Amino acid sequence: MTSREQILEAIKKYKPAATGLPEHLSYPTLEVDQLIGQFQQSSMLNGGKTIVIKTVEEVSSYLQVHFDKQLQVVSLIPELQGTLDITKILDPHDLEAVELAVLRGTWAAAENAAIWMPEENLVHRALPFIAQHLAVVIESKNLVRDMHAIYEKIKVDEFGYGVFIAGPSKTADIEQSLVIGAHGPRSMTVFLVST
Amino acid sequence: MAENRTHAEAAEEFLKDEERTHWHDDTLWHVRTKRDTAAQKLPEWEVLRENASQIKEYVLSHLDELLIQFENNATANGVTVIWAKNAQEHNDHVYRILQENHVKNLVKSKSILTEECGLNHFLEAKGYDVVDTDLGERIIQFNHQVPSHIVMPAIHLKKKEIGDIFHKHLGTDAGADDPQYLTEAARLHLREKFIQANAAITGVNFGIAETGGFVVCTNEGNADMGTHLADIHIACMGIEKLIPRAADLGVYLRLLARSATGQSITNYNSHFHRPSPGKKMYIILVDNGRTEQLGREDFRNSLKCIRCGACMNTCPIYRRSSGFSYGSTVPGPIGSILSPGIDLKKHSTLPFASTLCGSCSDVCPVKINIHEQLYKWRQVIAKEGNPEPAKKWAMKLAGKVLGNPTLYNIMGKSARTALKLSPNSLIYTRFNAWGKKRDLPEVPKESFKEWYKKNRTND
Ligand code: SF4
Repeated sequence: MTSREQILEAIKKYKPAATGLPEHLSYPTLEVDQLIGQFQQSSMLNGGKTIVIKTVEEVSSYLQVHFDKQLQVVSLIPELQGTLDITKILDPHDLEAVELAVLRGTWAAAENAAIWMPEENLVHRALPFIAQHLAVVIESKNLVRDMHAIYEKIKVDEFGYGVFIAGPSKTADIEQSLVIGAHGPRSMTVFLVST
Repeated sequence: MAENRTHAEAAEEFLKDEERTHWHDDTLWHVRTKRDTAAQKLPEWEVLRENASQIKEYVLSHLDELLIQFENNATANGVTVIWAKNAQEHNDHVYRILQENHVKNLVKSKSILTEECGLNHFLEAKGYDVVDTDLGERIIQFNHQVPSHIVMPAIHLKKKEIGDIFHKHLGTDAGADDPQYLTEAARLHLREKFIQANAAITGVNFGIAETGGFVVCTNEGNADMGTHLADIHIACMGIEKLIPRAADLGVYLRLLARSATGQSITNYNSHFHRPSPGKKMYIILVDNGRTEQLGREDFRNSLKCIRCGACMNTCPIYRRSSGFSYGSTVPGPIGSILSPGIDLKKHSTLPFASTLCGSCSDVCPVKINIHEQLYKWRQVIAKEGNPEPAKKWAMKLAGKVLGNPTLYNIMGKSARTALKLSPNSLIYTRFNAWGKKRDLPEVPKESFKEWYKKNRTND
């Protein structure tokens, strides 16, 4: 018998009597103001920062003030021009010098500031991790109460990879002191477009 | 490590450093209180726990079917699925994959399963330099130690010691112990390793039967840095890590980080389904004693564990004796019910490393009846062998941990506080249907001191 057969055989012999699956959970949504407030609070607790803006054009003016234009910027939003064309990059190792990546988020949960970004939003899976700083643009209409609501809307296997990003790279492995910028982004700025 | 020592003997060593013991105790208690705050913020907390427990109940009762479904879907996604009966098979497969793909450099993110299989030592003996990339794991790897906690692997070390370790291995300034500075040094060191790696090994938090994908959660982003840069991704997964539906992730991701550290979620929650073009992805499904545990009616619930570590943070014995004293890969209350199933003789003292206060069961996000299983293991151990060593051991622990009046008072206090504070705050939550049943253990009227006295007189 192969290991596979042995394992399956043993499970068949030992598994308990069949039980049923509970229904999916779902909760009524909140007012958009409440959602935005909650999102900002959650994002802050995760080590991130939220800027509420009226139009996507404001992203560019904000970043111009806060980031060095000499450094590499990858932008995957049409409203902002980057300095590196990621579609020309074939090997993700060539993203090593990216200072700032600006991406679009698909869904966000107010309860924990997690933003769903499937592979199509990233082009290279490594991008939101290897960049020194990360900015994500999301529309307030795509903000929902919790994770249940997002899983209701997405198809997790639509793309080969997808990720919920909720804040910058962080660690507390040295005496439980919080340090931002463990391996990946040293900051995460979320631009919440609220019209 | 502590292989042939009893929990008490190992704990004794830790207890020698009183200041460290206090620090360890306080720090973990603090994490525990953060967990409480996070849980109390969600009115549906108890519903989530109940749901999480029921879903895992379903998983255990349909495990064979779900594994086949998972395998079929993952295979259709272009992932190679491999089955391993035990640790040796698992390690052999990893080695074979590395050889076949001519891998020279490999990075690894946190995986308790590979720890359980002794993968690092196995590969090191074959000449590989296995680079653990979780900061805590890298620290203890430099220090030739194993994790003392499943979520916070280096929680037993003080920053000064970490500074010394980094000075030796990374050339940081002698005496420098600022966490920011040390983390930056590790960042630079590990970036280089990520860039050079040909293969990345990760654990799996959840495997999705419905889609054949799997989820890995980190705060550092190290699993992603590794996997997206390397050509080969090997995901090592215990067979009990399955969930039936993608939407079940809503339940588990909401519970996991809140239970672990009080965060609302880990900052990175990656869903892997297909390898990038030109790259390879492998999943190794590992049994290593899990099917046997499934066959033990009284103990099979332990397979619901999602490895959040909450039962450790709340345990008065764990907090005061540290993870090493358990001499098993998974320490603390859950380790004390899993490990005897793997090697009853070696781990026969672990079910006694508990006050049976029940705090572990109260915080467990998947509602494992941990303290009841601890009690049941005690009965098994008493029946199967000589109850004397176990009983003697209990006395020894009492003697060691309680011998020192300062330690003793603190421990007694936290043990009772653990029981009193947490269950009450849960019970009186309006939404807590579970609390109404009042099926919590009674708070023992006698203090630990009285218990000790009584037991000693009887001995
Ligand atoms: S037994 Fe429960 S509390 Fe302990 S680590 Fe597992 S899931 Fe967490």
